[in-house]
Amino acid sequence: MREPIAKKVLDMKPSGIRKFFDIVAEMKDAVSLGVGEPDFDTPWHIRDEGIYSLEKGRTFYTSNAGLKELRIEICRWLSRHYELKYEPDTEVLVTVGGSEGIDLAMRAMLEPGDEVIIPEPCYVSYVPCTVMAGGKPVIVNLKEENEFRLTPEELKAAITPKTKILVLPFPNNPTGAIMEKEDLEAIRKIIIENDIYVLSDEIYSALTYKEKHVSIASLPGMKERTILINGFSKAFAMTGWRLGYACGPANIIKHITKLHQYCIMCAPTTSQYAAVEALKHGDDDVVEMRDAYDQRRRFLMHRFKEMGLKCFEPYGAFYVFPSIREFGLSSEDFATELLKSKKIAVVPGTAFGDCGEGFLRISYAYSIDNLKVALDRIEEFVAELRK
Amino acid sequence: MNNELRSRILKAIEHNAKVDISELAVRFGVDEAAVANEMEIMEKEGIICGYLTLIDWDKTDNETVTALIEVKCTPQRGQGFDVIAERIYKYPEVNSVYLISGGFDILVIMNGKTLKEIASFVTDKLSTQESILSCATHFILRRYKDNGTIFGKKYEDERIQVTP
Repeated sequence: MREPIAKKVLDMKPSGIRKFFDIVAEMKDAVSLGVGEPDFDTPWHIRDEGIYSLEKGRTFYTSNAGLKELRIEICRWLSRHYELKYEPDTEVLVTVGGSEGIDLAMRAMLEPGDEVIIPEPCYVSYVPCTVMAGGKPVIVNLKEENEFRLTPEELKAAITPKTKILVLPFPNNPTGAIMEKEDLEAIRKIIIENDIYVLSDEIYSALTYKEKHVSIASLPGMKERTILINGFSKAFAMTGWRLGYACGPANIIKHITKLHQYCIMCAPTTSQYAAVEALKHGDDDVVEMRDAYDQRRRFLMHRFKEMGLKCFEPYGAFYVFPSIREFGLSSEDFATELLKSKKIAVVPGTAFGDCGEGFLRISYAYSIDNLKVALDRIEEFVAELRK
Repeated sequence: MNNELRSRILKAIEHNAKVDISELAVRFGVDEAAVANEMEIMEKEGIICGYLTLIDWDKTDNETVTALIEVKCTPQRGQGFDVIAERIYKYPEVNSVYLISGGFDILVIMNGKTLKEIASFVTDKLSTQESILSCATHFILRRYKDNGTIFGKKYEDERIQVTP
């Protein structure tokens, strides 16, 4: 028989996370710090709107771009929080999670051989999406001494005449790094001079613990070359609802919407109704959840300091990214050993790119009590290694 | 006085009085002394009135009955409802006393060992008071949620253990 699978897909590596998940799944009573989604339930008033929409029989497709009411609320929310001005009719597309927007943008924008600059460590989908769209991933290895921010020098060094898109995943999963206004200003000129588009994945925008998040699209000259990806999963604890959105110049959104129309039709209707409620009345919930994350973040940093585990202070998302270089173990070995001997699951930094070697991703989407148990065991483990 | 710190402390201890001060200090990113100090002042000012334990008595051998009693009364000239409320809340078996708007005036929540005990309290102690016109007693059959805590439901993490 002929090979059923396309070469591009055969060559695609399975996510490093998947591999680790299989090991954890076999262990019954492991305490996991490996989750990439909020521990909070979706606030009840949001769930209630979803239920209500079902009761009312709103079970049909929406327009391809998404409910108009939702697009209006998205624009209001972005304007209220990040001073972004988008037109609900032409510059917004409601997608199935932020992930769909990433995939669609790559497919709509890349010609074969176009280069996409991807700063790593980062979320696992940018590279495969680039490859499937015929583009060529160009990896920038971010450094701990820069707090895993993208510097102008690093960006310049990665640009070639074929560079078309820069992926900007901040606040970052897995490092928790953020790009502040100055950092964005510093790369803005280079982006414009080289006529590059930015795919700005801001899914964690609501979760920053310093200044409020700044979107690169709000800087002069950037809106017209930025595709902004955001969604409801992290801000409103709505991962399972699978709802996100892409915003950008009308000309790009128009074509992305074509792809969306052919592969998805429209995002889930129930989720869209719930999301309207989230944007209208969910600001207080976000503040409350952010405050809880921030307290856990401080608690973790404090415990790392106590046990002498080196970790730069992250100001975004809900991850910390401690260094384990001192132990001379690879991230995967460290994580596997920690799981076997102490039953604590963390994710090796290498699951997010080669330069994640020597680091672990620890999620604090867990209650303080949970974190206490886990950190006590990590402390024991670290002490044993040092003996 | 630090209003922001105050509200954070209150929010944290409202549902967990057991939390220790050093942990709170770490979580808020402030000195331990600052938290301790603010709590002491709030205790003195009567903002923090006590540290209670939320108990699900139904899970113990201890038999108790809780009743809500709606009380209608005539307020006393010059003293309003305060004197009546005081006469009621002085009984140790009375848990809470509220002045209420609407169809009745005072809501009393009380615990007793048996239905009979509560009944006799109402007939002997409450109804007989001069300014009390009538009482309607409701017995609590089950507590689903109390003080923000849902009873009898344990949190279970249903998330996939490792996700990107």
